[in-house]
Amino acid sequence: MSDPVIRINKMNKWFGNFHVLRDIDLNVASGEKIVICGPSGSGKSTLIRCINRLEAHQEGDIEVEGVTLDGSLKNLEDIRSNVGMVFQQFNLFPHMTVLENCTLSPIWVQQKSKAEAETLARELLERVRIPDQADKYPGQLSGGQQQRVAIARALCMNPRIMLFDEPTSALDPEMIKEVLDVMVELAEEGMTMLCVTHEMGFARQVADRVIFMDEGEIVEENAPEAFFSNPENERTKLFLSQVL
Amino acid sequence: MSSFTPTTPRPAPANTVGFVGWARDNLFATKFDTALTVLAVTIILYVMKAVFGWAIIDASFSGTERTACLKEVQGACWPFIEAKFGQFIYGRYPDAERWRVDLVFAAGLIGLVPMLMPSVGHKRANMIFLLGFYPVFAFIMLTGGVLGLAAVDTTDWGGLLVTLVVAVTGIVASLPLGILLALGRRSDLPIVRALCIGFIEIFRGVPLITVLFMASVMLPLFLPDGVNFDKLVRCLIGVALFSSAYMAEVVRGGLQAMPKGQYEAAAALGLSYWKTTRLIILPQALKLVIPGIVNTFIGLFKDTTLVLIVGLFDLLGIVQLHFTDASWATPETHITGYVFAGAVFWLFCFAMSRYSIFMENHLSTDRNA
Repeated sequence: MSDPVIRINKMNKWFGNFHVLRDIDLNVASGEKIVICGPSGSGKSTLIRCINRLEAHQEGDIEVEGVTLDGSLKNLEDIRSNVGMVFQQFNLFPHMTVLENCTLSPIWVQQKSKAEAETLARELLERVRIPDQADKYPGQLSGGQQQRVAIARALCMNPRIMLFDEPTSALDPEMIKEVLDVMVELAEEGMTMLCVTHEMGFARQVADRVIFMDEGEIVEENAPEAFFSNPENERTKLFLSQVL
Repeated sequence: MSSFTPTTPRPAPANTVGFVGWARDNLFATKFDTALTVLAVTIILYVMKAVFGWAIIDASFSGTERTACLKEVQGACWPFIEAKFGQFIYGRYPDAERWRVDLVFAAGLIGLVPMLMPSVGHKRANMIFLLGFYPVFAFIMLTGGVLGLAAVDTTDWGGLLVTLVVAVTGIVASLPLGILLALGRRSDLPIVRALCIGFIEIFRGVPLITVLFMASVMLPLFLPDGVNFDKLVRCLIGVALFSSAYMAEVVRGGLQAMPKGQYEAAAALGLSYWKTTRLIILPQALKLVIPGIVNTFIGLFKDTTLVLIVGLFDLLGIVQLHFTDASWATPETHITGYVFAGAVFWLFCFAMSRYSIFMENHLSTDRNA
């Protein structure tokens, strides 16, 4: 494995007294695609939210692109603009147009000029196939379109890592595919991706590794073929028999 | 294989749309509704006839003293308002200097009207004019004493001038102060939070009259000898602090309504606390509480009448003062004066209310394409 871009070592996290993540070890190589699945409450969303420090962990180390995430971090904003995140509920800013959503971080965090940021944003909107919606407000778009805007917005920071937190779970069935297509394309371009998702078809198609979590622990990880055809752990078998 | 072709939409049946449809639904839906409609219209007509009779038909319109308003059936005594109009607007501001007040009013309008119209550009320049240049200009013009302008003591100010000075200062100061207090109250820093909570709860828990008394009577006792500042200024500060406590709670309501996802998305994009607050949270939170903000503005505007307590004569105060003028002592003087003052207050408050509705619609982004 080449030098990992994300290194997680014996990481533990608690919400109050509740032990959500237990002794997580995970290394992610540059360009690697990882799908994380597991029952609800298993800590998979919390895990990826620790990677851009939306949640702070209490024990162990997380290193992203060579920078250790801990409380003493001064340039949290810099780390975050290297790590794009897409949420289940899109979390677009409803008072801004699609274009303004996309140019926000380039202009205000990366200090790009407005013209430069808009060119970039339009390119990326083109890539997620909604170039003609740039001047609309998020509320005027369908769920699938909104999620693709959210992907474009994250990509506008030119991140080296993308985190997806159940990006298709809030979508109507007819819209899931348009979002997955964009994600597949992104994977093919070599982006490092961590996806929490239950879209097993997507996992088979693009994942280098599939991770199964339960009760805050990584139960099993494997290449997708082996993971789906020959799960090693009983818990994984049970889960797969329920979702497949 | 058959293919699905949607049915062509047909127009809605006549009688269910337009005015006829509206009236059927809302005025004459049932026998009981019809009866209520008839009753309501009767009451409205009756009240309107009484008001119209008092304000127009039986009213006096010209005259120079009380005899003009002593008819057998006497309505409103409008000559009283006409004769005192200058006093009601400017108070005891010297006649020869009143053009300065007019100039300040006019400059305020010139700055405010384009500011309130979203379609007019140059908002930044407009803002600089209103918040940077205008207060200095208004201060110099109104108080004088420089540039060859005669000094006019604030004790000579009165009427609508005082009402507007107090209300506008209160409104302009309370919004930013209130926002800061609301943010402070939700801060993670315990000392900031404690100070903001303390400030808000103290000012909210005390009647405005008490605040004004403290500002005008008590404060000078605590100040060292020789240090004294203008009573009007003290009132302005009192009113601004008082209303900012209310404003803080209104703004906090908006802040609490913001979904957590908005903060998270902003954080994930690398925005700092202040950038998130300014670009993401406040624009949405303030939009959400426009009705509450304007409600506080309206309350503040009417509360300015309380400055009478500490010896400043706002519009209502000066109207009441002139009731004692023997040359206008008629049975209708009081009611005419109160109606006039009420109408002026109502006009300002109603304008604010309408503008707030306009702004809510203008800022709405969930209209569907």
